[in-house]
Amino acid sequence: MARDANRRRAVRKLAVIGLEEVYLFAGFVFAGFAVQSARDRSNPRRFGTAAFWGLFSTSFLLGSHLPDSANGALALALVLLGGFHALGKGGERTTSEAVRRASATEYGNALFVPALIIPATALLGTVALKNVAPGGMPFIDAKQATLISLALGVAIAWIVALLWLRPRLLAPLDEGRRLMDTIGWAAVLPQMLASLGAVFALAGVGRAVGLVFAHYIPFDHAFTAIAAYCIGMGVFTAIMGNAFAAFPVMTAAIGLPLIVHKFGGDPAIMGAIGMLSGFCGTLTTPMAANFNIVPAALLELPDRYAVIKAQLPTAILLLAANTILMYVLVFRFGAHHA
Amino acid sequence: MLTLLGVGVVVLGFLIRINPLLVIAAAAFVTGWAAGFGPVAILVAFGKAFNESRYVSLVFLVLPVIGLLERYGLQERARMLVARIPAATPGRLLVAYLALRQMFSAVGLVSIGGHAQMVRPLIAPMAEAAGEKRGAELSSGARFRIRAYAASADNVGVFFGEDVFIAIGSILLIKGFLEQSGVVVQPLELSLWAIPTALMALAIHGTRLLLLDRWLATQTAVVPSESSP
Repeated sequence: MARDANRRRAVRKLAVIGLEEVYLFAGFVFAGFAVQSARDRSNPRRFGTAAFWGLFSTSFLLGSHLPDSANGALALALVLLGGFHALGKGGERTTSEAVRRASATEYGNALFVPALIIPATALLGTVALKNVAPGGMPFIDAKQATLISLALGVAIAWIVALLWLRPRLLAPLDEGRRLMDTIGWAAVLPQMLASLGAVFALAGVGRAVGLVFAHYIPFDHAFTAIAAYCIGMGVFTAIMGNAFAAFPVMTAAIGLPLIVHKFGGDPAIMGAIGMLSGFCGTLTTPMAANFNIVPAALLELPDRYAVIKAQLPTAILLLAANTILMYVLVFRFGAHHA
Repeated sequence: MLTLLGVGVVVLGFLIRINPLLVIAAAAFVTGWAAGFGPVAILVAFGKAFNESRYVSLVFLVLPVIGLLERYGLQERARMLVARIPAATPGRLLVAYLALRQMFSAVGLVSIGGHAQMVRPLIAPMAEAAGEKRGAELSSGARFRIRAYAASADNVGVFFGEDVFIAIGSILLIKGFLEQSGVVVQPLELSLWAIPTALMALAIHGTRLLLLDRWLATQTAVVPSESSP
């Protein structure tokens, strides 16, 4: 029995560190947030906060072994806790501004070093670590090199900072929790929106939007088709929160049949500028929460939509620029004209 | 067409500012119901996707390290650094960050940057410090606008830089989808034709970042005249 389990593990395990190990690390960190929150009497909703991060941690520790229905119930519990204000803010066990200023003078620019270890490791891991395989087994799963290197960078920076600055052992968890509390329930928003995207895909929302565009807009001129394609990519991406979901639908509905086949445009130029028109939509939508809503919380902005508002004029101007660029380039350049 | 009801729920929910988590759950159930799925099937699909997209949340792993360094004055150090550069303004600093973020992304180094790793601990405090140098205290409105623009520089930089790199996910998706439809294009062509938009993005957002300086000047011009003797 035990040998069976071992063998199964050996078959599944493709690298020393894979995504599953990174999820375990994250699970333990989030569990630390939960425990420290539960112990924090200055948080008026400490048990709600602890329950939220505890469930989130459970998802990282056990999610791969739970049935989909249990993961669904877990997600729903997070929705209810976050949606009905079960989360509070812990008391800030951090330093005062005066202490920080003195400390900044004392440690100097060396303070940047641990912070830069994270991107440096990410860079090194993505470029070099991918090909390291002591004893035949790759050290990291190459397909997940970026995420694994990020986690490795965090671990190294964590240890370096502990050894160098010598804070209380639990200080990193309390400081992490301080930042996590400023984000609050919005932290799970990106994952929830990705899940909603999956339900949309299952229900055929993309096909329905494609039909609306293909059937209700007249395309007797190439410019109309290009404008509908670019603006459609932007709008549909804003709805789905993700240009990857919009691209196949809009390209099948307008891009290939009209721009490429009917009017003879170059598919590479169409595809490249079409995708970037979708990215203009990403700049405008709360559905892309990890880019637009989480940063607003992380920067402690009172207006949840402040980042979107800063980006909206750029998105509109750039979408117009894309439409014109595609019209000017797609029929004149490229290697694919018949 | 009934499946589009869920999209309506999302738009309405965000517009009237109901808690987004509740909006998402409601939209998922409405969409699934409209497509003829039972509540359990919807819960299963939602749970599966939630579990598979855990990687999106890994960015929060950096918070304990960033928080710890903030405890020892990381943000204050970033401010001190900028205070020594006379030519630094919030707009110029953010244009430089935008250009760097685009260039790094264009050679595939998307993970250099990011809101938790770079913008909150370094870029936003630096931009604020550059704004404070003119002598006057920043109003909270000005401070919040500088921070929001710092986040926008990161987003615009990575979005309109990464497609210049041939091995990024979106390039592979375009190639894969066109190939399924019988059209073969090379990744290099796709990344080449991402360059005109990348330059436009730098020009448009760069100009807007520099205009931020002008807006800030009108703000600070009012504040000191009120408080000066």
